Amino acid sequence: MNGTVIEFRDVSKIFPKKDGGEQRVLDRVNFAIPEGKTTVIAGRSGQGKSVTLKLVLGLMRADGGQVLVDGQDVSLLGKKGLNAMRTRFGVLFQGSALFDSLTVYENVALPLRERTRKKEDEIRAIVEKTLAGLELSGHESKFPAQLSGGMRRRVGLARALQLDPEILLFDEPTTGLDPVMTQEIYQLFAHTQAEAGFTAIIVSHDIPRVFSLADQIIVIDHGAMDVFASSDEIQRSEKAHIQEFVRTTMGSLYQSHLVEQ
Amino acid sequence: MLLEKVGILGNTGIYALRDLGGMGVYLFHILCGCLKRPFRFHETLRQTSFIGFGSLFVICCTALTTGMVLGLQGYYSLHKFGAQGMLGSAVALSLILELGPVLTALMVTGRAGSSMCAELGIMRNTEQIDALECMAVDPFRYLISPKFIATLMSVPLLTAIFDVVGIAGGYLAGVTLMGVDSGSYIEGMRDSVTNHDINVGIIKSFVFAVLVVWICTGRGYFVQQIRGAGFGAESVSRVTTQAVVLSSISVLVFDYLLTAVLL
Repeated sequence: MNGTVIEFRDVSKIFPKKDGGEQRVLDRVNFAIPEGKTTVIAGRSGQGKSVTLKLVLGLMRADGGQVLVDGQDVSLLGKKGLNAMRTRFGVLFQGSALFDSLTVYENVALPLRERTRKKEDEIRAIVEKTLAGLELSGHESKFPAQLSGGMRRRVGLARALQLDPEILLFDEPTTGLDPVMTQEIYQLFAHTQAEAGFTAIIVSHDIPRVFSLADQIIVIDHGAMDVFASSDEIQRSEKAHIQEFVRTTMGSLYQSHLVEQ
Repeated sequence: MLLEKVGILGNTGIYALRDLGGMGVYLFHILCGCLKRPFRFHETLRQTSFIGFGSLFVICCTALTTGMVLGLQGYYSLHKFGAQGMLGSAVALSLILELGPVLTALMVTGRAGSSMCAELGIMRNTEQIDALECMAVDPFRYLISPKFIATLMSVPLLTAIFDVVGIAGGYLAGVTLMGVDSGSYIEGMRDSVTNHDINVGIIKSFVFAVLVVWICTGRGYFVQQIRGAGFGAESVSRVTTQAVVLSSISVLVFDYLLTAVLL
């Protein structure tokens, strides 16, 4: 249970700028994601956090280095290989990415209908159980536009859990939610992970709160990544850019979070 | 200064070639998606209803007015030479060979093509297409192939309806209003329209259907990669406009090329 499932080796990602120059979002970064643990990727906006997730999923290709999932280089996988790899993942997107024209039930049933040979009554039983577990019973026939932000995230989580993923990726799961809803989502996450035991990667701005879930924290800043075992270790770091990160994003927020605790 | 302009021109050329190459690969993926199982019959029927049945009213209105205008204009021109008897032939050939396929394709572009482009653009921007890929669901099979097949089925049928309604419109204006003999209108049409003419019309409508659905869905699918499209809602609106303009121009250019080759 304590092997490495995902590994970045000297990975670089470059985007062209409007003025003809280039922006190096990731600059020869190295890190490993341990199996069965929760890794939080923190950093300011536009630093490449979501790009990191897209590289893992093969939705983007690295401009240098290797992204390995279970030792396999994602960039070398063909369509079939990528699909086989992706079935092991569940993804909760930043805006939930629910299909607007499908109901809550149809959204959650979609992976089962498309990726399994289960009959409709079996699918209905599974979906209803999942929705009940996430306190979404009675909302099956609603469309995403009729749901609150928190409910949409829960529907997104329900959909991500349908194929029993080994690895769950959360892209800003609490952005735009109020503190109560944020807390609810984190509790739900902790509860679901305790039950299913998946490997989780959480990309988040919600820095003090999300750290309580983390077994490992990766701070991404100006293309570089630093790996820490805890938030205390981040605070003790002597690297100038990490101290700057602590000062700008953690300082007062972190103190107030400690008082809250 | 000159070097800079040459550089911009070169960059634009490379971008256009890359875009065309990307669209070629995109068309290949759509065709593969059409052959992949499980087929999405229900979604294909739903799309056929939206593209075909939903466009029926606008097609009938356009066809009727176009046919009536052709009837009046034709009568006015032919009357000068005392050849009103050729009105049926003139109206039918104009509609079957040119106006039917072209105007149907333009109407479908405006009504359904723009909607398909905007839908895919929004799905791309809200990560719905990424979500499909992450679930290992092929977006071409799931999203685009049903639209492709539905357009391919609908446009030729709509073209046939356009031709029939247009000929009826010509009859209404020429025979009922201007007093051309009913028998000569119908017989003139029957004598001059050959199977080859009908085949040319059908081939054109198929080619136009491919162009419309390929360009409109492609622009939406690649919304984030299109130069100068911007971001968010603005990018979808710009790309939708671009899709309508591009597919309309393509239909007109291909109409000329097909006419030159097939006639």
